[in-house]
This record gives sequence, structure tokens and C-alpha cells, in this order.
Amino acid sequence: MTTLDSGVDSLADVTSSEDRLRRFLLGLPGVDQVGAEARAATLSTRSIKTTAKQYALDLAIQMIDLTTLEGQDTPGKVRALCAKAKRPDPADPTAPQVAAVCVYPDLVATAKRELQGSGINVASVATAFPSGRSSLAIKVQDTKDAVASGADEVDMVIDRGAFLSGRYAMVFDEIAAIREAAGDAHLKVILETGELVTYDNVRRASWLAMLAGADFIKTSTGKVSPAATLPVTLVMLEAVRDYHEATGLHIGVKPAGGIRTAKDAIKYLVTVNETAGPDWLDPELFRFGASSLLNDLLMQRTKLATGHYPGPDYFTLD
Amino acid sequence: MSRFEYAPAPESRAIVDIKSSYGLFVNGQFIEATDGKPFKTVSPASEEVLAEVSEAGPADVDKAVKAARKAFDKVWGPMSGKDRAKYLFRIARLIQERSRELAVLESLDNGKPIRESRDVDIPLVAAHFFYYAGWADKLEYAGVGDDPQPWGVAGQVIPWNFPMLMLAWKIAPALAAGNTVVLKPAETTPLTALAFAEICQQADLPPGVVNIVTGAGRTGQALVEHPDVDKVAFTGSTDVGRAIAKSVAGTHKAVTLELGGKAANIVFEDAPIDQTIEGIVNGIFFNQGHVCCAGSRLLVQESVYDEVLARLKRRMGTLRVGDPLDKNTDIGAINSAAQLAKIRELSQIGEDEGAERWSPDCELPANGYWFPPTVFTGVSQAHRIAREEIFGPVLSVLTFRTPAEAVEKANNTPFGLSAGIWTEKGSRILWMANQLRAGVVWANTFNRFDPTSPFGGYKESGYGREGGRHGLEAYLAH
Repeated sequence: MTTLDSGVDSLADVTSSEDRLRRFLLGLPGVDQVGAEARAATLSTRSIKTTAKQYALDLAIQMIDLTTLEGQDTPGKVRALCAKAKRPDPADPTAPQVAAVCVYPDLVATAKRELQGSGINVASVATAFPSGRSSLAIKVQDTKDAVASGADEVDMVIDRGAFLSGRYAMVFDEIAAIREAAGDAHLKVILETGELVTYDNVRRASWLAMLAGADFIKTSTGKVSPAATLPVTLVMLEAVRDYHEATGLHIGVKPAGGIRTAKDAIKYLVTVNETAGPDWLDPELFRFGASSLLNDLLMQRTKLATGHYPGPDYFTLD
Repeated sequence: MSRFEYAPAPESRAIVDIKSSYGLFVNGQFIEATDGKPFKTVSPASEEVLAEVSEAGPADVDKAVKAARKAFDKVWGPMSGKDRAKYLFRIARLIQERSRELAVLESLDNGKPIRESRDVDIPLVAAHFFYYAGWADKLEYAGVGDDPQPWGVAGQVIPWNFPMLMLAWKIAPALAAGNTVVLKPAETTPLTALAFAEICQQADLPPGVVNIVTGAGRTGQALVEHPDVDKVAFTGSTDVGRAIAKSVAGTHKAVTLELGGKAANIVFEDAPIDQTIEGIVNGIFFNQGHVCCAGSRLLVQESVYDEVLARLKRRMGTLRVGDPLDKNTDIGAINSAAQLAKIRELSQIGEDEGAERWSPDCELPANGYWFPPTVFTGVSQAHRIAREEIFGPVLSVLTFRTPAEAVEKANNTPFGLSAGIWTEKGSRILWMANQLRAGVVWANTFNRFDPTSPFGGYKESGYGREGGRHGLEAYLAH
């Protein structure tokens, strides 16, 4: 665990050769599964009420990457989602907007048109999402297409096969290549933690992605179960906190998939607050990849303001 | 608002119904004390008087022991194990049903955070009764002979740090084994024991099987020295334990003592760092450090000392000290003015002896008994804060260079209750566990309790085991 204290210079050094990168990643401190899960469970017991809840609900809405990633997506579906993103609660104009709308590359242009001038970003998945099983050339082209169509943010997937077989340099090079292809777009690197399985792997993959130039590290595609979990997100938050300590750089975290209720979202915000710290309570540094979460947040928000729950029919479907 | 400030989230007190005064629970009924002076129990978080409690004098204790003897002879002793189990299961279920009430009552009277009384203490209390209920009709399989028999009347004296849990540790195995009991709760925390007396009534437990006598040292002395008590069980300070051992020497009484500790929590350079920090925090700040097995001596390998200390201090900055009934409180109130004075005195001695004292910024409430989470660095084996039990949220940090040195330092104490080992290397865990002279050794965790696991100490930490099959042995003649 001495490695984490060694600072920026030596971090540049660890990526100088495949062997060094490998030794660095394998030398990261271990994660004790029982302990990590117990810590996440304790954080889940925090009781967030009244003013704190108000703050958390509004913040969570502003952190949403409102997502549709289906084979059946159409321009019509994306236009509807964009309308929802701009005005989540038609009955209450004080409800904040979401951070971004996340779509497949071919629908980026549609989303971009709909969101023009709204301040809401368009995020596109890329790199043969969700499996990532394609050549680097195709992944680079996929990324370039998305950016050319106007994507402000690119959500790439890592090659989990390469990672699990210990070919860390290959994963690193691929992320670096996509980083370059993405240009000015914000790069989120999806680790697909449900396929990495162990927390040790999650910590290593997090560091690997940060070293290779990720702006954000993201848990999941949403296509693999389990998707985001609180302990996995905790381990990733510890990684960005330690990376910040070593380099001064802030890397974002995005849990995606499986977060459906306001209650769950608040548990994540508590974990952010008490792990990475208040700096990360910002849509620039923490996002939720979600769709149905938004309506529950809106419903709880209305409940807090009016004292009663409106039925689900009072909130729009997308 | 730019910061995530947790709004107050108090657990409601409405669920508890505290009477203005309590008698003694003898022979199934609450009775007036005849030869003691009533005393007050306060909430340590606010110094508010919660209730007036009777003090049992020698005549009252005698009455309780007689009731226990009669119940042992006539009802509980002859009863089949299967039928005893029914009562214990019933008590366990009643504890679960009343768990919220008991948790609030415990936090009010003791000062511990509701998060702990709700998520740790009370669930473990119920688990202990369930566990020992299962043993009641299987005693011949407990490994203590073919036909184990109860001692008779058990006199039990428990401390204030886990009032209801210590009650469960004492009463559940005693009743399962077929003994009847007279129990004295600590004078600063009698309320959950008195609520337990009501639960015994609710469960229709035959009169005299459980008797609760409240009071301080004088009451406890009358109980353990009573000639008709067959078995003495005590959890508390080493000094009182020593006095009890002397007083029962040469009598027919069996005795088990669970006394103080000064546990080493040992961190190796290959430890899973984030969980280790949590384990250090849990080891010393759980229950305000009022834990006999608390990891109060942190032994850190020198090669990672700076990193461990920096991370520990950062983590301590997020601990929330305050109202025990707030669901977000991590550290509650010190149990009594006397205990607070002792913690202050030993901390002052630590400073005077040259150790460096550090606490995070934290605002302490104006009323009540409070002490901030504190860490002392630059501590050596010779310092009093490294040798004496502080029994508060105060951690002493020492260093070591090799595993052998860690063992040497960990064992260099008159106590031997518990120890913790933090490393990713399994072989080292096993080697260390064999070398450490401590009754409980935790690996990559700390302060974990389970009714199936025996607990107890070496040397000045006492003798006998509680919990598990081993815990039955203390209540069976064999």
C-alpha cells in the first residue's frame, strides 16, 4: 500500500512499461470483501430527512444521465426522453434538469437537436457497447462517429476479456486510444464490474482507467447483472479519492443500472459524501446512469413539498 | 445549500414508557426494597433523571436468593429441558417484538447511539436467547459429560457498557442449563434489566426463576457473598473481579469472571487498507470505547505508519458525535461522570508522559458527559495509556517492525482478552493467532460477536467462557 503515497511523478512512471503497470496494479492494497460490504451496509443506515432529503433529491436529479439503450430505440423515443430531461416534472417548473441524455451513437444527432441550448449534455455509448468485442479500429471509428454527431460525453467499455487474462497494457492502450479519438468529449470508462466480480479487480480496473485518461469511471453497461452495487461504488470512490490524493486530479464516478428508487440514490450520495468527500457531490464528478430513478425522485420531491404522494400517473413515462 | 448537512433524525422516545420509580423484581413481582436507599438513573447525554430505582440491601438480596432457590427446587430444576426451551424461545420472541422499545431505552439510559443499540445490541440479545433455547434439551451433547446438572442458584453481576446484552450472556445459558438466577445490573444502567423483568412476566416465566436486584457495589457484594448462591458470574473491572475471587475462595461456589482488557489491534503492511481503517475505528470507537475487548492499542508496522495514521485521522473527521437517539450518530455519550473523569485523567497522564494527543474538530453538546474520539501517537510500551484500560474513545498508537516484535508487544500486558490481526496473508493470520495470548483473536475484522462463538480471557482478563457450547459449561456441574 506504499504505492499510493508516491505521488504524480512515480505514477507517470508506472505506465512506462507493461511490466511496471502490471506490478503497480497487482501491488495495490487488497479489498477485504466482508469489510467493504459491511461498510456499505453501515452507510446505508444513515437517515436523511427534511432539509437534507430536499437537498439530496434535487442533487440526485441533476446527476442523472437519463438513459435509453435498447435495440428498439427510435428518434421518437429519444425526442420524448429529451423533453423529459429538459422538464422532468411538467407540474413543477422548479424541478431541476438532468445532467445528460445517454443514447446509442446513431441517435446522438437526434438528441443533440432536441437538447440544443438546454445546457444538457448528450452522452453516447461507444466502442462496440456493451460487450466491447470488436477490433480497436472499429471501436475508434465508433467513438469518432459519436463525437462527430455531437456527443459531449463518450461512455466506452473496457475489454474485460483482456483485463481478466491479465493483459493490462492492452486495456490501457485501448482506453488511451479512445481518449484520443474522443477529443474534447468527456470520457467515461465502463468497467462492467459485474464481469470483473472481485473488489480487488474493481480497484485495479479503476486505477487502470484513471491512469489511461478517464474523466469518469463507470460501473456498468446495465446489460450485465449485477449492475451497480453500493460496495462496488464505494471501492471506486476510494480509488478516485486516493488518485486525487496522489495527483491532485478529480475523477468522476458513475454507478449505472439497478438504481431505481430515491432511497437507493440517497444511499449513494451518503457514500459519496463520507468516502470521496463533499467535492464529489457535484454532477461534474458524480452521475447516476438511470431511467426509472428519475420518476421516483420526482415523486419523493413532490411528497416532501406537498405532504402527499401523487400517483404514478401524474409523472410522465419518459 | 452547497453542503450535504444531515438534518436531525431522532428516533422517537414515545415508544418507551419509563415509570417514575421501580422496585426490585423478586419471585415474579416488583416489590419495595426494605433496607436500601433509592437512587436515580440519568440519561448521560443530558443528565436528565429518567427514574428512581430501589437499592437492594442484604435482606432484599436474601429474599431474592430464597425465591431463586425455591424456584430451582420446585419448578425449574425438575422441568424438562424441552419445556425450559419453550420459555426461552418465548422470551426471545418477545425481545424481538419489543426490540425498538428496548433499543431506545438502552440508548437513553446508557448513552450509546441508537444505530448500535438497534443494529447490534438488541438483535444479539434475541440471538442469544434463541441460541441457548436450542441447547436446553440437548445438554448431554454439550461435551461436558453424559448427565450434566445445573449448579442451582446463579448470582450474576453485570456492567453498564452493554446492559441488556450482558444480561442475555448471563441469563440465557444459565436458564437453558436449568439454573435459576439473581442478577444485579449496573447502577447507572438498570432500566433494560427492569424491562426484561416485565418480559419475564409477559412470558409467564415461573416466579423466582429470574430475579433482578438493583443497586451498586454493596448489593453486588451481598449477592456474590450470599451462602446459598452456587455459581457466581461477573463481568466488570479487574479490581472488583479480584475481590470477588477472594470472597468466593474456599466456598463451594463456582465462578467465572470476565474482566478488563487492553487489546492489541495489529496492522501489517499488506493489510486491506480501507477495511483496516474501518476496523480500527470500530475497534476503539464502537460503544464510545466502553468495550472490554476494545482494540485500544493499535500496533502498526513502521513501513505503513504514516499512511495508516493519515487515513485514520481523515476517517475520524467523519465520525458524528452527539445525541444518542439521532439515527446518524456514530459516537454517543460517556456513560457516567465518574467514567468521564477517569478518561480525562488517563488522557492527561498520556499528555504528561509525552504522547501526542489528537482529536478531530467536533462540537460536543453542552450538557451530559462527552469525550471526543482521541488518538495518541508516540506512545511506548512504558506509557500508562498503553498499559491501563481507559474504557473510553481513546486509542494509543505504537509501532513494530517484524511479526515477532508485534507478538511480543501484543502479549506484553497483564490482560489477554482479545486481539486483532490485519493482513492479506492467511498463513500469517494463523501463525499470529497461535502466538497471541488472548481469548479472542479477530482476523481482518474486530468487535464481532455471535452467540455461537465463545468469548473470554487469559490472565487478568478473567477466566471461563461465555457464548457457544463453551458458555454452557460454566452453568453445568460435571
